[in-house]
Amino acid sequence: MTTAQTNPLLEVRDLKTYFATDRGVARAVDGVSFSIPPRTTMGLVGESGCGKSVTALSILRLIPSPPGRIAGGSILFEGQDLAALSEEEIRHVRGNQISMIFQEPMTSLNPVFTLGNQIMEAILTHQPVSHAEAREQTIDMLRRVKIPAAETLLDQYPHQISGGMRQRVMIAMALVCRPKLLIADEPTTALDVTIQAQILELLEDLQEEFGMSVLLITHDLGIVADVADQVAVMYAGRIVEMAPTVELFRNPQHPYTTGLFRSRPSLGRKKARLDVIPGTVPNPTHFPEGCRFHPRCAYAVDDCKKTDVTLQNISGEHGSACLLGQRKELQLQPV
Amino acid sequence: MTHTTQSNNDLLLTVSDLKKYYPVRRGILARVAAHVKAVDGVSFSLQRGETLGLVGESGCGKTTVGRTILRLLDPTSGEVHFNGTSVFALHGEELRQIRKQMQIIFQDPFGSLNPRMTVGGIVMEGMVAHAMHPKTERPERAQALLERVGLSREHFFRYPHEFSGGQRQRIGIARALAVEPKFIVCDEPVSALDVSIQAQIINLLSDLKQEYGLSYLFIAHDLAVVQHISDRIAVMYLGKIMEEATSEELFRNPLHPYTKALLAAIPKGVPGEKAKRQTLPGDVPSPLNPPAGCPFHPRCPQVMEECRSKPIERVEQSAGHFVACHLFPASAIGSAKPAGAAG
Repeated sequence: MTTAQTNPLLEVRDLKTYFATDRGVARAVDGVSFSIPPRTTMGLVGESGCGKSVTALSILRLIPSPPGRIAGGSILFEGQDLAALSEEEIRHVRGNQISMIFQEPMTSLNPVFTLGNQIMEAILTHQPVSHAEAREQTIDMLRRVKIPAAETLLDQYPHQISGGMRQRVMIAMALVCRPKLLIADEPTTALDVTIQAQILELLEDLQEEFGMSVLLITHDLGIVADVADQVAVMYAGRIVEMAPTVELFRNPQHPYTTGLFRSRPSLGRKKARLDVIPGTVPNPTHFPEGCRFHPRCAYAVDDCKKTDVTLQNISGEHGSACLLGQRKELQLQPV
Repeated sequence: MTHTTQSNNDLLLTVSDLKKYYPVRRGILARVAAHVKAVDGVSFSLQRGETLGLVGESGCGKTTVGRTILRLLDPTSGEVHFNGTSVFALHGEELRQIRKQMQIIFQDPFGSLNPRMTVGGIVMEGMVAHAMHPKTERPERAQALLERVGLSREHFFRYPHEFSGGQRQRIGIARALAVEPKFIVCDEPVSALDVSIQAQIINLLSDLKQEYGLSYLFIAHDLAVVQHISDRIAVMYLGKIMEEATSEELFRNPLHPYTKALLAAIPKGVPGEKAKRQTLPGDVPSPLNPPAGCPFHPRCPQVMEECRSKPIERVEQSAGHFVACHLFPASAIGSAKPAGAAG
């Protein structure tokens, strides 16, 4: 999709991650392709169960197996296919070249180890440094994430600090080995809005300082508009629309994307009623035939029920997986 | 701040100086060492047919306000009048009767429905408890309600685990409506739901308000959602209301530095206009040990000397626009206007 002249840092091609469940195979991620150029931020947007978190976990090969497995596709990181690496080899990548921060900073920190211990573990695992050097690096990193009194914090436990502080510690832990790619899975969802603003600003500053790429997973279109260079919208295991951020917000094409925009109340502009997307997200064991969005789509025509539509460029770097955008003869008319 | 000039016919609910403290016990003898002041002197009123939005960050006490009004929690002090009746003075049967008129919809659509009861049982439980309608009519009424909230009659026989989050929230709404209340506390009713489902539930709540002549206390942390549904909004911080105004006024003309910071912190959803965020420094302080004076002063960009020690007072800055901030002293403008006159 991207026409970046440089080679992408990460290129995901036709990724498929399936889970075996009692009710059949859940195709959580079902043919996802995107790439992230160096030093850029990609926003991956979607509602719960759309496969955005499973995409992230697949890149780091953190899918619990069984029941999960990467059923197809490749994940090229600097040209190397992460999907084909051995468990030993991927461990050198994880936490070192690619790191991840999670939504819930409380449950992702170990309650029985000090914060210093947990951050230093990452350094000692990946770098041939002494304990004292690791400690120095940790303190330096904590200062960069703007934690006051970094030395004292080293000996504290997760329960002793606030949610915002915990997320700063998580970021410090993720960045301490200077990764080239940071995966941030709903990094601010559990935080208050004033703290969220602090953390987003911090992430942006650090991205610039370290020259890393960020894959930002979120359900919040507002955050994406603020920080992402490119956006991919996921629905039912697939990317349904992908474009540079400004283009996507100015000119959304897929009916699901436009539906998401319209269903949000916006500050300062009061509407009598919100537009809704009717129905609910389909179950990943039983996706609808044809376009997976068609049962909820106001523009659906007969072809949408039969044709398995894929993401195609409609202009420049803007791709949409919708027959209406791809076939000019079909008019965007609600039925 | 007096209600003397207010014609009481339109007032459904008045809350005056409500306080809810939790004792913190320490040591072997479990002596009360301190108090968590979850709600610390909150006053507001709600007119018939009105929606008051209560916003604030986690731990500010907004949920505690809602639950104390319904007497799900016992207040430390203060007064709540519902339809002219003092809610805190009621006991036994009288309390039961008034609770029929005041219902609640909870945030968590998973934890708030009994998994062992059928949907029909859940919706009819209130009718049974209040001996409403002949027994034979209840299932029909419950099924009609399910239909009204966007479910189908057959769902009457199913169990909560068979439903999605949005559907469960509809069950919770039907349950609340079953006893024909006048007032519903909506405690973060959409924050656990996906964006596309949120809009469905918000529209449903708006429709039901019109149809049944309900009044809502709508508690949420999402300002965009609160603005959409509310006639007036009160902004809470560490157990106190910092500002209260009509929702248009609050967004057009926010006065309190905290309200301004909250509004500024929300991502605008406009890419390419990446203006430097105005971030508020520091964390929300613990309500166990709130700052002296104005609770917001350690983070306030416009802090003055008196903010550090002098308690804040609610002042009516213009008709219906209340603010508790030393930047807006009481003497500057007449504060004797009736409360909630702008509704």
